[in-house]
This record gives sequence, structure tokens and C-alpha cells, in this order.
Amino acid sequence: MPDLREYAGAGGYAGLRAALKMTPTEVQGMVKAANLRGRGGAGFPTGVKWGAVPLGPAARRPKYLVVNADEMEPGVMKDRLLMEGNPHQLIEGIIIAAHAIEAEHAFIFIRLAYREAAERLRRAIAEATAHGYLGENILGSGFSLDIRVHRSAGRYICGEETALLNALEGKRPIPRAKPPFPQTVGLWGQPTVVNNVETLCNVPHILRNGPEWFRGLSRSADGGTKLYGASGRVRRPGAWELPMGTPLREILEAHAGGMEEGYQLRGLLPGGASTDFLTPAHLDLPMDFASVMGAGSRLGTGTIVVLDDRTCPVSLLISLEQFFARESCGWCTPCREGLPWVVRLLRALEDGDGRQEDIARLEEHTRLLGPGRTFCALAPGAMEPLQSALHYFREDFTRHVTERGCPWRKELVV
Amino acid sequence: MLTEQERHEIDEEVAAVRGHARAAVVEALKVVQRRRGWVSDDDLRDVAACLGMTPAEVDAVATFYNKIFRRRVGRHVLLICDSVSCWIVGYHALLEHLRARWGLELGATTADDRFTLLPVACLGLCEQAPAMLLDGELYGNLTPARLDAILATHE
Repeated sequence: MPDLREYAGAGGYAGLRAALKMTPTEVQGMVKAANLRGRGGAGFPTGVKWGAVPLGPAARRPKYLVVNADEMEPGVMKDRLLMEGNPHQLIEGIIIAAHAIEAEHAFIFIRLAYREAAERLRRAIAEATAHGYLGENILGSGFSLDIRVHRSAGRYICGEETALLNALEGKRPIPRAKPPFPQTVGLWGQPTVVNNVETLCNVPHILRNGPEWFRGLSRSADGGTKLYGASGRVRRPGAWELPMGTPLREILEAHAGGMEEGYQLRGLLPGGASTDFLTPAHLDLPMDFASVMGAGSRLGTGTIVVLDDRTCPVSLLISLEQFFARESCGWCTPCREGLPWVVRLLRALEDGDGRQEDIARLEEHTRLLGPGRTFCALAPGAMEPLQSALHYFREDFTRHVTERGCPWRKELVV
Repeated sequence: MLTEQERHEIDEEVAAVRGHARAAVVEALKVVQRRRGWVSDDDLRDVAACLGMTPAEVDAVATFYNKIFRRRVGRHVLLICDSVSCWIVGYHALLEHLRARWGLELGATTADDRFTLLPVACLGLCEQAPAMLLDGELYGNLTPARLDAILATHE
């Protein structure tokens, strides 16, 4: 892990020096021109998000920048690697983003399991403060900022930005109604921006090298690079920084080393647990926001979970839906009651108690828990792998009924 | 009753969040849990008093988080990841081994109070699956043999 001297020696904090010579609006303009889209999963344009914050002497103070480092989506580990590997890159991104919205306080909201990352960030913050990159009157610019690391205590919903704000305030972390959006009414009711770790790690490079350079890194319309990952039965599970729009095949074959000996690719979740399955027919798909959406899924976090031919898709869905059922905050009825019901239906299929109409009932749930029916995106996200599995792996579901149990669990065959 | 030291640590957390005392609630609960292992009803009331909150407000937070324990746990808490990546590459084998070799059941504490085993959502160590969190420490690339070696050092 580079310390401040090594980071600065490699060009670190040059982006900050450039940013501090610009107005907040100019910094926002650079990031908009770079086509940086949020890397937390939703892909909202970062500069546009910042642009909704009131600026100038009339704006309410204080304002806050909050870093979402809660990373609890199953199959996702990219932000941990960024924070452990180069904490100063994130710190620099935070300072630039805070300057762009004129925020005076920043919080890093990090999950409890990431102790090592939290410690490295705290050390980096202390180093940056000692060298004048943080604190009062940063590098003589008149801009001041402090960063506090908040370690959470484990709950997926805290990654939803408004639940995260409630968590920071010491309330029960259920999501808030939107609008108003955090940019105007956020932490303690003040203007606030919540950005993902990877998103902010891109910002110093945009400021240092310019938007054109950043767009040129990409193989798609979305600017920059992306941290792609792969886990499951691949030879080399891991994460790699590659041009945005790198095809799935290249990620899985050239970087993840292909499938483990004896396993075939059956399907994949392109960007975490809450994205629709894709199949081997999609291997030539460029991994960018528009292309993956065009194939009926979402880029999400870009960290791929691989389903092999020796893992039962129905069993895998039990793991996925059990996760969502357990992590539902319980605030709205469809999510609180519907997700455990989905798990029961899947378990019944797996245990040989399923009936043909249960498959139709699962399909019904993908609509009843879909977009617009619930308070936040948790339940609709949970339905994405389910609806696509029902489409691509239909025969596997049917076999669980006709063979009275899971064909993969030999001991259960009646 | 909270100790002097615990009160002091909670006061420091309150001071750090500048005028928003209840924002220190998660850290205050962790202060209590660090020494006692879990948060009893009495501890919860003491934390509430320190922060100017009602016990119900503190409990609404405490019961929400899955790493704040409102019931007694063993000396070591083992959180085993059962999310997709771990599920695919070896969660079941580890669970079976924990049951057969160590007598651990999900949601239970061993009779000698040595271990509590709980399921946990993705730990963000997917490239090193299967993974667990033992007393706050992440462990990846687990096999039954590696698990035995780790658990043996936790009396």
C-alpha cells in the first residue's frame, strides 16, 4: 500500500491541486464532460448528481459529502480492494468532490467487516491532514474539510443512500421517502451527496488528466475504466481494472482464467446479486451500462458471479433470496412478507415438496415485488435474478417438480 | 452498570460527532459489546441514558444490526458467509464440518461457551471464497483443514 510520499510521487494529489484552482462549477463540468457514471450499481452520472447541490453564499450550511463504503452486495469486493490497496486515491477523490459541492464535512460509511480498510483509511487521513491536504485552509486555497470514518455494524440496507443517512444519524436505518433528494435534504436535513468508493477513486485522475483522456480510456460511451471481478468456479477469482466496455468473454477467459477443470459455464450474474442472469450466449457483450441493459440485465457493480453446470440454479436462488429476505428492513409489507414467501417456495421445490403452480406463484412474485411496488429498490433487485432464472433455467425448475426434489442432490432422490 | 472506562469511551464518541449525541449510538453499543460480548437490557438502558435517548430508541437501532448481539454469545463468534460466491465453492462443506468436527450449529452456542456460530451476508471476500468473520477478523480460502487450524487457536 503506497503511503502519502509514494502516492504523491506517482502523481497523487496533483488532481486536487488542479481542482483547487477551479471553481466548484468548473470541477463539476470536468466530471460531467468525462462521462463518469456512478460505480455503486445504479450508474447515475456523477457530475449531474453534484449539480443538484445548492452552491454559493445563499446555500444552507453545513453541507456533507458521504462515501458509501458499505459494500454488502453478494459477490462484490471491489471497493475493499480499492480502499486497502490505495487509500490516498479515495481520500483525494473525497476532497475534490467535497470542493465541487462546497462541503465542509465528509464521512466514510464503511462496513464492520472491512477493519483493515478502515484502519488504512484512518492512517491515510492522518497523513493527509499532517501534510495540509485536509483540515483548515487546504493548500492555502481557503477550502476546509475534515473526514470521519464511521464503521457500521452490518446490514445490507445501509447501502441504500437514504437508509445510510439514517444510520449515520443514529436512527434505525430504514430508507427515506424521495423526494426530497439528499442533495437538498440529506444528513441532518442538510445538503448532502452520497458517492460510491470506486466512483470517487476515478475523480483525481479526471482532474489531473482531463475529461478527454478519461473518455479515451473506455471502449464504450461511458467514460473511464471499471473494476471488474469474477467469483465462483473460475480458475483465478479476482478483480481487474479494465477499460469500460470490456467484453464478458475477455474478463472471464483472459483475466479469470476460464472455468475450473471439470466445470462448464451455465450462466452468470454480471454485477452482483441483484442483477438478472445472463448466459453463455452473452459472452461477447461489452460490459458497459447500455450494453448490459440492452441484454436484459444491469452492469450493476461489474463484479461477476459465475454459475457452473454442477451447481443447482434453484439452490443458488435460495442463497440469493434468503439473503434478500434476511436483509429486508421490514418497513414495507411486500418486501417484508413477500421475500420470505419466495424463499419458502424455492425451498419446497428443492426439498421435493414443490408443485407446478409454485413456479407460476414465483413468477407472480417477480411482478408483485417489482419496481414501483415497494418503498426502495431492495425487493425489485431481489426479483432480477429470480425472473431471469425462471426464464433461462425454466427446465431446472420443472425438473424439481417432476423429479420430486433437486436433481443435483442425489441423496434426496425419492 | 457501565464502568468508568466505558463511560469515558462513550463520551469520547459523543464528542467526536459534535452536537449529534445519538449519532454515537452504534459506537456506544460497540463499546459495551467489546468487553461484555453482548448488550444486555441493563447495558442498553445505561447507553440510552448516556446519549439522552430512550431505551426503545436504542433498541430499535441495536436490534437492527446483525453484529450487535442482544443475546449472550460464546467467547468467540464465528460468522460464516452463506452468500452466492461462498455458497457455490464450499459453504456447505464447511458448515457440515463445523457440525461434525466441532459440534457447531447455526444460531447456537456450544455448551462450553467457546463458540457461537451465525450465518452472515457476503463478507466482500468473494475472490477468496469461502470466507468467514471470526471475532472481527476476516478469513478466506477456507478448507476444513484450515478451519481446524484456525479454530484450534481460539480457546
